[in-house]
Amino acid sequence: MKEFGYERAADVSGALALLDADPDARFLGGGTNLVDLMKTGVERPARLVDVRELPLDRIESTEDGGLHIGATVTNSDLAAHPDVRRRYPALTQAVLAGASGQLRNMATVGGNLLQRTRCGYFADVSKPCNKRVPGSGCPAIEGEHHNHAILGASDHCVATHPSDLGVALAAFDAVVSYETTDGPGELPLTDLYLPVGDTPHLETALPPGALITGVTLPPAPAGAVSRYRKVRERASYAFAIGSIAAALDVRDGVVHEVRLAFGAVASRPWRARAAEAALTGGPVDAAAFAAAADAELAAAEPLPHNGYKVTLMRNLVVAVLSELAEEAAR
Amino acid sequence: MATAPPSTYSAVTLNINGEKHTLTVDHRTTLLDALRERLDMTGTKKGCDQGQCGACTVLLDKRRAVACLQLAVAAEGREITTIEGVAEGDRLHPVQQAFLDLDGYQCGYCTPGQICSAVAVIEEHAAGWPSAATDDVRPEAGPPPLTAEEIRERMSGNLCRCGAYVSIVQAVARAAEADARAAQDAPDTQGAPAAQGTEHEGAAA
Ligand SMILES: Cc1cc2nc3c(=O)[nH]c(=O)nc-3n(C[C@H](O)[C@H](O)[C@H](O)COP(=O)(O)OP(=O)(O)OC[C@H]3O[C@@H](n4cnc5c(N)ncnc54)[C@H](O)[C@@H]3O)c2cc1C
Ligand code: SF4
Ligand code: FES
Ligand code: FES
Repeated sequence: MKEFGYERAADVSGALALLDADPDARFLGGGTNLVDLMKTGVERPARLVDVRELPLDRIESTEDGGLHIGATVTNSDLAAHPDVRRRYPALTQAVLAGASGQLRNMATVGGNLLQRTRCGYFADVSKPCNKRVPGSGCPAIEGEHHNHAILGASDHCVATHPSDLGVALAAFDAVVSYETTDGPGELPLTDLYLPVGDTPHLETALPPGALITGVTLPPAPAGAVSRYRKVRERASYAFAIGSIAAALDVRDGVVHEVRLAFGAVASRPWRARAAEAALTGGPVDAAAFAAAADAELAAAEPLPHNGYKVTLMRNLVVAVLSELAEEAAR
Repeated sequence: MATAPPSTYSAVTLNINGEKHTLTVDHRTTLLDALRERLDMTGTKKGCDQGQCGACTVLLDKRRAVACLQLAVAAEGREITTIEGVAEGDRLHPVQQAFLDLDGYQCGYCTPGQICSAVAVIEEHAAGWPSAATDDVRPEAGPPPLTAEEIRERMSGNLCRCGAYVSIVQAVARAAEADARAAQDAPDTQGAPAAQGTEHEGAAA
């Protein structure tokens, strides 16, 4: 590991100033991703600015009935919060489906959203990787890619974003707020991550040195039931090979409102707007759910070893929406 | 850019099992390496060094954490409890006793991490935290019964190469029962995991 300086920020402006003064400085949240990547040499910061003790650790109701979640709230506190469990159950389920109890206690909301891909070539500095070393190539396309992207990828990178939390946030229309030395800003979560194109090393639309300060959720769709379902290669403590966050509001036997987001299929949490459009106003049955999944997955471009994800996601859409329809009818 | 190169080491005071230890650490030092290599507290084990096995589990401010991804310098000011500190003097912690009584191990390498994790699991459950095995996570549904399935899910961050899982689950269940009984006898002494400013029970409908 490269040597580095360490500073603990007392307030937001102090944290921003420290980062601004040193282009090789990075924020440190729980460290569960950054420290891991520093050990393997993927990340080589000259200085860490510890933000864990910033006063951004609250979860508060907003005036319109939504929720504001501070960036340094731990994943555990987020999942356990009564308002989250009551109003956004799929969010609690998504967080609890990720990592382990130990890691969720350490991990912060900001860090979770900015965690890097788990692509094995990215994590191995002896291998080429366009995301780590622009222009060096993407060995995953010809090599090991069974858990890589089927949507929105490019010839330059087929990595997925591994966050479970982000998938539920995408479904609930979360907005990310941040601060820079030039002032504050906001981005819908679905616009936080840049399209891959030929610049897979440029991952987010945040300005350089921006500190994520929190995430705001608008009120959950009225009357909707929600759920997160994750498929992985062992029962627990593993990254997704496919996941789905869904919220469904059925009125008079038709889909009044529906939210769908997919995880582990793209370089960002994938909001399935084509499927939502196909479902809205339509019947509440398995055939309609399958047709909506097909509408979304028509854009899928699987590689030789990850075509199973197309079937997996289609089945997940049908299964989870069917369960939610049953729950809504109760 | 003309920033002076930062100092790459610091003097830190670590509060471990109620005792303060002051040492100078290279910032690269993890809490795990500080404990084992610098402070001679080798009860905390190193398995993967990547957050993937749980062998290095300790409690930070009463919550379980993996010491291999925790920088020592960033642990200053926090209350650190290791396996060396879970017993009360000569009296074993009920979780330790249950692991002994029910053979919750084989080689024992993962055991300190399993025990520290289990101590926290019991507190998390007593505080009403749901898990990925909980059907209904809404607070109105109440805390889920601590079934074997719940224990397996909550303990899934601790791998055991010997596969002693069956008796580990039994040991955690027994310790949890003892804990629940003790809580009934003395309801006020039941500690919830340390709040970190986000507990707004009843703040909104
Ligand atoms: C074994 C293992 C299994 C895991 N399994 C899962 C899983 O199943 N699902 C899942 O979703 N995740 C999983 N994770 C990933 C884990 O959730 C992330 O590592 C964690 O959420 C990152 O949060 P952190 O606070 O520790 O971030 P850090 O490691 O501290 O930081 C990550 C990145 O975010 C930046 N950063 C941190 N805070 C801010 C901020 N406020 N503003 C701007 N930048 C910031 C840092 O500079 C860094 O680049 C797993 C991790 C491990 C080690
Ligand atoms: S998929 Fe992306 S992260 Fe993985 S090797 Fe290719 S360029 Fe690198
Ligand atoms: S050694 Fe820390 S989790 Fe494996
Ligand atoms: S008892 Fe040997 S690794 Fe668990």
